[in-house]
Amino acid sequence: MSHTGDGEENGRQTAAVFVERKTYRHRQLMDIARLLPIIGALLFCVPLMWPNPDPYPAPDTAGGMAMSEAITYMFVVWTLLILASLAFGVAVRRWAENWTEGTDQPGEEAP
Amino acid sequence: MASLNVLVVICMAYVTLLFLVAFVADRNASRGHQAGWLRSPLIYTLSLSIYCTAWTFYGAVGYAARSGLEFITIYLGPTLVMIGWWWGLRKLVRIGRSQRVTSIADLISARYGKSNTLAICVTILAVIGVTPYIALQLQSITLSFATFAEADPARQLNETTTVFWVAAGLAMFAILFGTRNLNANERHHGVVTAVAVEAVVKLLALLAVGIFVVWGLSDGISETMARIDASPIGQWQVRGDRWATITFLAAAAFVCLPRMFQVMVVENEDERHLRTAAWAFPLYLLLMSLFVVPIAAIGLELLPMGSNPDLFVLTLPLSQGRDGLAVLAFLGGFSSATSMVIVAAMALSTMVSNHIVMPIWLRMQGGGASVSGDVRDVVLLSRRVSIAAIIGLGYFYYRFSGQGAALAAIGLISFAGIAQILPALVGGLFWRGATRSGALAGLTVGFVLWLFTMLLPALGGGLLPDAVLSNGVFGLSWLRPQALFGIEGLDPTVHAVMWSMTLNTAAFCIVSLATFPSPMERLQGAQFVNVFDHSVGPRSWTGQVAQSEDLMVMSQRILGAGEAQAFFQKEAARQGTHSDLPEPTPAFLERLERELSGSVGTAAAHAMVGQIAGGSSVSVEDLLAVADETAQMLEYSSQLESQSTELARTARQLRETNEKLTQISQQKDAFLSQVSHELRTPMTSIRAFSEILRDADGRSDTDNIRYASIIHDEALRLTRLLNDLLDLSVLESGQVSLNMTVGNLSDVLDHAVSTALTGSERPLKVLRHTTSETVRISSDLDRLAQVFINLIANAQKYCDAEVPEIRIEVSIKRGRLRIDFLDNGDGIPAASQQLIFEKFSRVSPEKAGGAGLGLAICREIMQRLGGDVQYLHGHPGGAFRVSLPLSAEMAA
Repeated sequence: MSHTGDGEENGRQTAAVFVERKTYRHRQLMDIARLLPIIGALLFCVPLMWPNPDPYPAPDTAGGMAMSEAITYMFVVWTLLILASLAFGVAVRRWAENWTEGTDQPGEEAP
Repeated sequence: MASLNVLVVICMAYVTLLFLVAFVADRNASRGHQAGWLRSPLIYTLSLSIYCTAWTFYGAVGYAARSGLEFITIYLGPTLVMIGWWWGLRKLVRIGRSQRVTSIADLISARYGKSNTLAICVTILAVIGVTPYIALQLQSITLSFATFAEADPARQLNETTTVFWVAAGLAMFAILFGTRNLNANERHHGVVTAVAVEAVVKLLALLAVGIFVVWGLSDGISETMARIDASPIGQWQVRGDRWATITFLAAAAFVCLPRMFQVMVVENEDERHLRTAAWAFPLYLLLMSLFVVPIAAIGLELLPMGSNPDLFVLTLPLSQGRDGLAVLAFLGGFSSATSMVIVAAMALSTMVSNHIVMPIWLRMQGGGASVSGDVRDVVLLSRRVSIAAIIGLGYFYYRFSGQGAALAAIGLISFAGIAQILPALVGGLFWRGATRSGALAGLTVGFVLWLFTMLLPALGGGLLPDAVLSNGVFGLSWLRPQALFGIEGLDPTVHAVMWSMTLNTAAFCIVSLATFPSPMERLQGAQFVNVFDHSVGPRSWTGQVAQSEDLMVMSQRILGAGEAQAFFQKEAARQGTHSDLPEPTPAFLERLERELSGSVGTAAAHAMVGQIAGGSSVSVEDLLAVADETAQMLEYSSQLESQSTELARTARQLRETNEKLTQISQQKDAFLSQVSHELRTPMTSIRAFSEILRDADGRSDTDNIRYASIIHDEALRLTRLLNDLLDLSVLESGQVSLNMTVGNLSDVLDHAVSTALTGSERPLKVLRHTTSETVRISSDLDRLAQVFINLIANAQKYCDAEVPEIRIEVSIKRGRLRIDFLDNGDGIPAASQQLIFEKFSRVSPEKAGGAGLGLAICREIMQRLGGDVQYLHGHPGGAFRVSLPLSAEMAA
């Protein structure tokens, strides 16, 4: 059975120490793939460092982080991650055409 | 106000639409001409949205109303998993496709050496974890119906009958579209398409309600934000441990939930769809959660105290008189619930049927896969019954669990239960050292801890006595379900997840490191971990004994007659055979097994092919047995070989002996004729001359004397001949007694020369080197002298030189004494050199003095004495060499 993948199979060509610029870019792409979820997890953990509101707030003090700001932060981070993932997907698609010499046409493979 | 009847009608219409969509999609798929968009990444992404169940559709708002932004963790986990698709999901999907995995249980089982025990464990865990979840969906549908019923005083809603009919309808849908075709790899296009439609509906519904809240009930974004900040949930208030734990749980469940696995891996059309889903699905989740907090905040503000925040999505439009919007919201919730129940029931039924029902059925049938009857029907039936049973289980759980608050917490509990599969799954994908025992140990530990710390305390109802809950098992305080090992003060969810997951992982790793995997596990482990290196077959069959016909019969039952025949013909064509049945080559068996595994699971398919192909797997025992057999064969064949060599040797000896005998017989004949010829010549002359003497008178005395002397000469010749013959026969028969004495070689030579030259007419000059002749020898000196005499006499007789002379040279080489007799004649012609030692052979008969026995006698004598006599080649004249051993012990 054949698989049309995204070209990661050609791992041997990336194994060498000194490689062509193209292959080096490939490696960088893989590194981004590994970093993305970690960056995402770290960004999603930032709110944990926000102060919790004082149960007995003194008058005129801003107790903790306002919900609206929290929401804004979360959704902005989320959107950025989605955009990054989209960019990565596009990059992989472009590179996949390189790696697999242009056979990468979605939906062409028989089940 | 929408009456309940209208709602029911709308609901029916919606369900009919779904049926239609599913039917059309299925039919198009089976005809093979489906629209491109049906197989697009979009459908794949939307089908993933069954992650968003009614629990998240309704519950997220309720969650937000209670705990603020914490609800978002449920979406953050899957978002992280999707963003990291290149790491994990891609591998999972590749393995799922290359191994033709039918469920998460199948995957775990296949990874750990096709262990059915493991598959059963995962199946049981999944059923226990998911059944309450199904009950939760039924509850949400019932609750939403009840909400409408409350607003419609004309009707009384019987919740029990409602939930029953809902459950029955869902079961019917799942059976109809989930078990249409048997081969899970053919994919349930109908169901997936319907799920995608539902995904759109629920997203639209939630967005519509959100937009209504933000721009209808409030005045745009900024005002909504201000109202959120002013609401009871207006401040950031999240427990960090819960935040992290639930994010992790959601991520784990996203991968491990049977229904997620079904749509993500099993229903995956193309690996590259993940690329789109990687950003599109997080976007979907983001949109789903975008308006949750506004709805919760505005709902808390507008709706009376004490109203169920879980139903704000419905009650908020209803309270504002927006019936249309409320119905849309209802449809959204309905979609969430139904799609989850259908896919979950389908996925679970596959697991239950493949790993529990079919193995039991096969065992009960005794003969395994080769019994008569259509296995295909049995598999389908068992799958249908399983679907009904699972939904029925959810229904009864709902009926008997108090239908109340206990269900609300079940979402997370279910997640935590399913997450117990994660260590075995991740370990199986990335760690070749993970073993079946390790996976089993991890699963068991995690399952028990989850049961003890999470499910039983949450269920309450006397399942776990209060004494145990507060004082621990057997009164041991460190065994309290919610304060294990004395660690108190943790959130129960965090506590349970932390303990169950850490101990699960620890047990998995430790047992994996301590045990040794079977060859099958190692093979599968390599296949899984290095799936990108070789996405080919899982293993090769060694059994060559499989009968293609039997395989055909079995395959027909599972795949259906037409498909099986087509598959076999394709295989035969691939092998290039002319018949319809392919040879049972390992490659063919592998493909067949994979084909079958789509219908009945890898383990069952392996077992079925194994039963027919013989030697169900490449176990060490099998290999050893094969090796043993081979060794025996080798030994046997080497025995045979040695026997046959012996036979061949004997035959050769016999043949040689026979040849020798024939030769000897010929020699004997030749000898007899020679002897008779030799005897007759002198006898004839003796007879003739004696007749003359007797008959004729008047002869002179000189004549008489001449005749008598001829007679005498001939008689002498006869006597000599007879003597020689006697001598030869004595020597040849070995009866000759040798008179071994010690003496000087020169004395023997002196005697021989003088004897040979006595009375000779021709003078022969004998050249000797007396110093080298002083060698003491131990031999039969008389016999030796006889040989020398013979040789010298021969030289004297045959040397054709003007002045004949013979040179006698004595030398010692390699422990042997060599005496060469070299004359200065022409020597013996090369052609005759071979014959001179034969009896009665004479080089030149005209000069014949003797009977031609001399050299034959010489050779016999020398051989008796342990030496030899031979003709020296390359010498100008006649040359004979007599060699003798120097050692004192002469051969007897």
